[in-house]
Amino acid sequence: MSAGGIQKGHLRDRWDRFLASDIFYSYRRSPTTVIASIVTLVFVLGAVFAPVLAPHTPFVPSSIDINDAFKPPAWSEGGAWRYLLGTDNQGRDMLSTIMYGGRLSIFVGFAAVALAMVLGILLGLSAGYLGGWYEAAIMRVADVQLTIPPILLALLIDGVARAVLPPSHKEDYASLVLVVAIGLASWPPYARVVRGATLVEKSKDYVAAARVIGVPSLAIMLRHILPNVLGPVLVIATIGLALAIIAEATLSFLGVGLPPTSPSLGTLIRVGNDFLFSGEWWITLFPALALVILSLAVNLLGDWLRDALNPKLR
Amino acid sequence: MLAFVVNRLLQAVGVMLVVALVAFVISNYIGDPINNMVGQDATHEDRARMRTELGLDDPAPVQFGRFIAEGLRGNFGISYQLKRPVSTLIAERLPATLELVLVAAVIALAGGVVGGVYTGLRRNAMSSRAIMTVSLVGVSLPTFVIGILLIYGFAVLPKSCVEGMHLFGRMLLTCAEVGAIALPSFGRGDTVELGSWTSGLLTADGWRHLVLPGITLSLFNLTLILRLVRSEMLEVLRTDYIKFARARGLSNRAVNFGHALKNTLVPVITVAGIQIGSLIAFSTITETVFQWPGMGLLFIQSVQFADVPIMTAYLVMAALIFVIINFTVDVLYAAIDPRLRSDRAGTARA
Repeated sequence: MSAGGIQKGHLRDRWDRFLASDIFYSYRRSPTTVIASIVTLVFVLGAVFAPVLAPHTPFVPSSIDINDAFKPPAWSEGGAWRYLLGTDNQGRDMLSTIMYGGRLSIFVGFAAVALAMVLGILLGLSAGYLGGWYEAAIMRVADVQLTIPPILLALLIDGVARAVLPPSHKEDYASLVLVVAIGLASWPPYARVVRGATLVEKSKDYVAAARVIGVPSLAIMLRHILPNVLGPVLVIATIGLALAIIAEATLSFLGVGLPPTSPSLGTLIRVGNDFLFSGEWWITLFPALALVILSLAVNLLGDWLRDALNPKLR
Repeated sequence: MLAFVVNRLLQAVGVMLVVALVAFVISNYIGDPINNMVGQDATHEDRARMRTELGLDDPAPVQFGRFIAEGLRGNFGISYQLKRPVSTLIAERLPATLELVLVAAVIALAGGVVGGVYTGLRRNAMSSRAIMTVSLVGVSLPTFVIGILLIYGFAVLPKSCVEGMHLFGRMLLTCAEVGAIALPSFGRGDTVELGSWTSGLLTADGWRHLVLPGITLSLFNLTLILRLVRSEMLEVLRTDYIKFARARGLSNRAVNFGHALKNTLVPVITVAGIQIGSLIAFSTITETVFQWPGMGLLFIQSVQFADVPIMTAYLVMAALIFVIINFTVDVLYAAIDPRLRSDRAGTARA
């Protein structure tokens, strides 16, 4: 048998084992989770392939027609099937802007969670493993930061970044600023969990054995302890993704996030909010609906993952 | 107990010093304070003279000391954008925010405790399940989306009423009736001046303006408290002393409220106390949605325009409120539960 065949058989074997695992069983048994995962998948795919899937190109000025502005959704009077969810004040197709907006929201959400996760894991792991005043200092900072709501911190970091960056580049760096602001504001939960798990793992025999044969501390932390503390991190990251998407939308809604030229869901809601009073409800309510469904689905996935990975609840 | 209080007090002061340091670094090293104060045609000599006058040439520790001294006297400088002292601006805006937070806290506590007790006592009733499902949605709804939905439902829709409008296939209300339930969706309405405090709580119009922002701000905490009270009730109702109380033949009312509810309240008070801090933070969002002239709106505008003096002042104020709340909750908790008093400074590992 060729090497490729063995590889294939191996993968097949792993797939079969996954299908027979407890996790997959609990997934299959929970219809809410199956629906939530499908909804999340649809959103992620729609976001990733927005340039291919979106019926219009809302951010190419030549492709939009101002005569089509304020068209209501297709099913109501005056709507056109060309614009399924209606159009906004510039004649941009709502469905397409929501797909492109969701793309930015999901990108910022993932990037912010990744930053918070890396930061939290590194600080928590090193604090738990090294101990001493280093640990005390880091955990103290985490405690203090936990008493202040993350959204307030993100606002503050955002404001400082605005004061530092030259005004001409503000829009170019807007998404980067958001990622850094949300990421820096949400690392403490990861650090706490990782430190707690590290303290437990540190005293186990395999770590002592690795130390005895002279494995360097960095390698012990990253290659021996880290893989064993990642379970709870996954749960926090999933719920953290929902929180990060909401945080991004909130900052953009408040006018300190992404600019209207490259809008996320939050920016779309903010812009549309101006037309709510004149009766054009679809410009703000459809992006809001998309945001709520996305965050609810991710939240439900996180809840399920927490229960599925918690041995006490089995 | 005294050692515990002193220890927590020292910690609180430490936190405030760190926050003050952050605020100091932001206000002195981000951008050039001189540039933000003088016009474009100021000469080099003017700038140098101003620098010396303002003490910006002093060593950093001296400047930090002065920053703290000024802060303690309530002087946070002058807003770049509004050209007025930050302390005056905050004093003007504080009543609006505190009244909004107070109303939201009362709604959240009352609604959360009543709903939690109800769903805890009748856990299998359809109405309880409906409340729990709605509360799950309530947790995932971002504050500003709740605000927009409420504005649309209670301020926009009633005004766009068409006579003879049908809801669910039958005529529900006439336009005059619909108009009567329309609520204002921005500003504070009529206020009364009480010395330096402007209150909207003394006029009917002020109350009407408080309804939508109050509900918006309270909803998240309401669901949080509701879920907490429910799970605590379920736990307490299983205990032996409740069975014993029933065996003694006490009325349902005495058992449920006298014994069960009373014992669920300790964790509820703790969570509620900490949540008041989050109400102040989330009031920034609610105030933006409803154009409520409070501290939060001031802060958001300062972030938009990178108005550093207001940002730092808000940071210090918010941190002070959080520290006071946390300190109070810690001490109250220790007073209620003696086991926590052994928690000393050395337990950083715990």
